[in-house]
Amino acid sequence: MRIKLEKRPEPSTLMAFATPIASVLLTMAIGVVVFDALGIKGEKAVIDIFLTPLLSSYKWQDVAVKAAPLIIIALGLSIGNRAQVWNIGAEGQYVIGALAAAGVGIAAGGAGGGLIITLMILAGILGGTFWAMFPAFLKTRLNVNEILTSLMLTYVALQVLGYLVGGPWKDPNGRNFPATAPLQPDQTLPILFPGTTVHLGVAIAVVLPFVFWLIMSRSVFGFQIRVVGSAPDAARHGGFDAKQTIWLSLLIGGGMAGLAGALEFAGSLKAINLGFPSGYGFTAIIVSFLGRLNPIGCLIAGIVLAVTYVGGQVAQTTVHIPNSTAGIFQAMMLFFILASDILIRYRVRFVGSPKAAPIPAAGE
Amino acid sequence: MSTEFIIAAIVTIVGLTTPILLAALGELVVEKAGVLNLGVEGMMLMGAICGFGATVSTFNPWIGILGAAAGGALSSMLFAVLVLELNSNQVATGLALTIFGTGLSSLMGLSYVGFIAPVFGSIFPASLASDPYLKVIFGYSPIVYFALAMVPIVAWFLKSTRAGMILRAVGENDLSAHSIGYSVKGVRYAAIAFGGAMAGIGGAYFSMVITPMWAEKMTAGRGWIALALVVFAGWRAGRLLVGAYFFGILMALELYAKAAGFSFLPSQFWAAMPYLMTVVALSVISMRDRSGGNAPACLGKPFLPST
Repeated sequence: MRIKLEKRPEPSTLMAFATPIASVLLTMAIGVVVFDALGIKGEKAVIDIFLTPLLSSYKWQDVAVKAAPLIIIALGLSIGNRAQVWNIGAEGQYVIGALAAAGVGIAAGGAGGGLIITLMILAGILGGTFWAMFPAFLKTRLNVNEILTSLMLTYVALQVLGYLVGGPWKDPNGRNFPATAPLQPDQTLPILFPGTTVHLGVAIAVVLPFVFWLIMSRSVFGFQIRVVGSAPDAARHGGFDAKQTIWLSLLIGGGMAGLAGALEFAGSLKAINLGFPSGYGFTAIIVSFLGRLNPIGCLIAGIVLAVTYVGGQVAQTTVHIPNSTAGIFQAMMLFFILASDILIRYRVRFVGSPKAAPIPAAGE
Repeated sequence: MSTEFIIAAIVTIVGLTTPILLAALGELVVEKAGVLNLGVEGMMLMGAICGFGATVSTFNPWIGILGAAAGGALSSMLFAVLVLELNSNQVATGLALTIFGTGLSSLMGLSYVGFIAPVFGSIFPASLASDPYLKVIFGYSPIVYFALAMVPIVAWFLKSTRAGMILRAVGENDLSAHSIGYSVKGVRYAAIAFGGAMAGIGGAYFSMVITPMWAEKMTAGRGWIALALVVFAGWRAGRLLVGAYFFGILMALELYAKAAGFSFLPSQFWAAMPYLMTVVALSVISMRDRSGGNAPACLGKPFLPST
């Protein structure tokens, strides 16, 4: 008996839904085995990472706040990923977005209120877009690989952050600690539910996927992105401009990452220090794939990944595993989802021994 | 500038260059076979921790290096199975490997924090290796000479050997190579494993030579510079050597900027320099070869034979 792959006439919708769920479940199962092998209580670790944040209601706000930036960044990246434009520098765009928002906050002096907050958010979007402009320009004008340029600019963004918070923007009352001064209370995003940390950014992260879904499924732009990604030749013949697609993919990706950075800054952290970049820009790539590049999928996948972050912290204290363990689980999910992609386009057939196979007719 | 300063600077530059040269040589072979593995950073970290662990456990850095190569090669097989057997997207799978390697190396490294690895002795007599002047030639870790030796070996292998020609054929036109009867998958498995081993040794240079200690994410993005280096070098081993030293000098600038009186610019400027220059260098190279230069024709594309 051997395994044979048969191309499906139509991509399987069932598999598109089933494989992300299966990927998460498989990751949990393998996690138990791997942790046991490493001498850590596997079952306990996996339960703490994947279930405790969902089962204990006081962890929900943490999950919501962590999910917001992941969802927002992943929405933008999904457009690029669909069009095969690879922006892996979202982390840098996220940082520059947050810095731009901080710049507005500093320029406003002590002033706050709705206008200032709105300006901070807009600055965040513009900052992220600006940082994504360079890879887009270089890709469209000189055909420079956007994977490498967007990533290199992330390292540059980290140095810009280090320079600003350690130099011109350093909090004068901060005991020489490299960080910006904390925002005034009326410069921060409103809290949605009093007594929690759930800020306006979470609401934006819930609404945006539906906006993106409408755009992607109902507009010419959405059609263009889908065609360019799946059938580049057809897109060319159909008159869709490849360069325009690259520009839009990267700028939207950068803008969303910048927005996420501004919201995280103004809603959650309220000051920027050297620990501000926390890898959301990279994790969002996983969110985008786990969500099958679909906006609503990104919403769900963002929550799943946020659970692993929060759960990773739980497991850190309960079974003493390092913070980075969440990263292993996240990468495993991505491995499984990529491995299972094939099931959407192909049907797996178990074929009998070659003898039993029908002998091809002569002349075939 | 005194002679001592120049010698110290050269020693620093060689040290900074060696890991990216090793990783880039490996990735060059992978890409020549038509595969784009963005997991270099993850494989380097796996090599760094496996090499360190093996050295600490056996007190023998030579076994450590084998451990590093094995760690890098084994982790690359995760990528290989996905892209070769399941035709998964190479860009996303490579990224997954980097995220995975970063996480797994941190977890494995937990039990090694605070250890110091025994370092390589010199392969040359002490009179040469410790001489204040001659050490500029003889005073390095054996890994440095290995990396330098691998440049002509890889160039010769790709250009003049039968196996190298088959590998290039697979990278340029996988379907033709397949129809002549070469095993496209077999060649690519071997290339990916070689790339993993080289990245692993490159990573181990951090944990076994530069600082004989383990630290999380200690390769600090050098795997990505190695990837850029392959493009920069136009997929040629000789130019890879030149490019690697160019980047090594840039990275040394960061360390020497303050000492040499460049403190009018913030230190972050110098730290960002290698990355900025990578962007500039890639742009200049792309300007020269508009059509994509010498990139192997099948680079990054799935292999889909009709039968």
